[in-house]
Amino acid sequence: MKTEFTLTNYLNDKSLHTVNLDPEKCKGCITCMRRCPTEAIRVRGGKASVDYDRCIGCGECVRLCPHQAKLPSHDSWDTLGDFKYKIVLPPPSLYGQFNNLDNIDVVLNGLIELGFDEVYEVGLAAEYISSVTKILLDRKEVKKPVISTACPAILELIMMKYHNLAENLLPVLAPVDVAAKMARERAIARGIPKEDIGVYFISPCPAKVFALKTGIGVNQPYVDRVLSVADAYMRLVPVMNNIKDTKPITKMCATGLRWGVSRGEANAIFHEKTIAADGVENCVKILEAVEDGSLDDIEFIELNACTAGCVGGVMNVENPFVARGRLYQLARKMSTGVNNVTDLGKSKEYFLWEESPVVKDVFKLDEDRFTAMSKLMEIESTVATLPLADCGLCGAPSCRAYAEDLVAGIIPKDTKCPRLLEEERK
Amino acid sequence: MVGQFIHQEYLVAGNNFNSAGSASEAVKSTLKKMGVASADIRRVAIAMYEGEINMVIHAGGGVAVVDIYYDKVNIVLSDKGGGIEDLEKAMQPGFSTAPEAVQRLGFGAGMGLPNMKKYADKFDIQSEVGVGTTVRMTIFFG
Repeated sequence: MKTEFTLTNYLNDKSLHTVNLDPEKCKGCITCMRRCPTEAIRVRGGKASVDYDRCIGCGECVRLCPHQAKLPSHDSWDTLGDFKYKIVLPPPSLYGQFNNLDNIDVVLNGLIELGFDEVYEVGLAAEYISSVTKILLDRKEVKKPVISTACPAILELIMMKYHNLAENLLPVLAPVDVAAKMARERAIARGIPKEDIGVYFISPCPAKVFALKTGIGVNQPYVDRVLSVADAYMRLVPVMNNIKDTKPITKMCATGLRWGVSRGEANAIFHEKTIAADGVENCVKILEAVEDGSLDDIEFIELNACTAGCVGGVMNVENPFVARGRLYQLARKMSTGVNNVTDLGKSKEYFLWEESPVVKDVFKLDEDRFTAMSKLMEIESTVATLPLADCGLCGAPSCRAYAEDLVAGIIPKDTKCPRLLEEERK
Repeated sequence: MVGQFIHQEYLVAGNNFNSAGSASEAVKSTLKKMGVASADIRRVAIAMYEGEINMVIHAGGGVAVVDIYYDKVNIVLSDKGGGIEDLEKAMQPGFSTAPEAVQRLGFGAGMGLPNMKKYADKFDIQSEVGVGTTVRMTIFFG
């Protein structure tokens, strides 16, 4: 079925904003399929394909592909020509990419040098979010354990698979949205025509690309273009070496910078009972435990789909652990304070979700529970005939996934398990 | 369809905290595919998880048998552990016989059985000292 082209369909088309396949490079190995946390990938006809309804944009397939056949989607650097007045939003993880960086202003001045008119640090907005989060927790306005919504891949996973936990979600905007919202307002207040303003985010991961393009938690996207850290890095290094006069721009404290690594957000709220997990498989374990009620005494849970936090995003340049070490090193040289939201004269609501994300029924087998139940029974009886080796030869990540594909009619009913066929032949 | 059910069995290994929760995880996954309401899934999750943890801590493991119907789930947790001496006491919130080492790990707060009873619509427990314990629970889907 061909989907009608509309702006909404375009914006919500994950294939445009998460990951893409280079079919030339794909060898049809099953590495990505085996490790996709939502079993969204199948390898049929010798090539990997993604069921985008199930894709959370975590980038795990990009990270793992031994043939570099998986490419994260983002806007190209050429889009700098799209707007007259360009505001750039650098994330904390960006600063972990450079060796021997001892002053964040060198990066920010570099961005101005590259043609941006203005910089607004996402780390600064993150500090405001931390201070709003602390207020919500102190006033008990959120349900414990509160789950962070800063990682869009985790948020998407919860919306798909952990509907139970929707009420535990921290209902605040992502730091990047707050940065974009404030920077845009500031520029408009200075008299810059609305239509001239373009807000550019430099993203460490495809999940943030997707979240910003579709606008999660916001009425409409605040960010116009999403570039990659790697693209920015390649352009920044040469100009940063030639900056003569470093103007003071940065306002961010160490607290905001540490948002770039796992635990940065949890530590910034100064509550005692917090958890921070990173790596999507570890995050899944925590989400299951919250569902089971075994973490009811925890106040706040930070989850990052990428190992080590945002420095682990697949659109970065540097190894996550090296980048993390650098961020810690940099943080030691910075102010230990925190930019407080109360200094802004804005209401708390300014930082809260403008609309709540809605849960998605991607795992439900049928709208009707009777039908779903009968499909399940068919799946169970099919699974009982399979070797349970989860070998991946059939192109599904597990025997159970293969049975589900059969019953759903995704593959023809008369398809045989290749492993069983092989054994019959012997 | 009414009367038909999906039968699942899970071995819960004793003293293996790493695997505790995996039966609950599998059952939750099935219920999500069926489209059972999330509040009901949560009740099943808590009741199952508490039961699994109980078998890990007190009984050296056991078996979880789960029958999923269109409108309910029957859970039978049975072990061949030491049994419970005073059932009435064991059902009181906060009463715990968990070894100190286990309590330090954070389990054994004495809410296991009371929680299972609280979240299940039907709850029955049979226990004999030196023979073992069997917990039967039913949770109806709203």
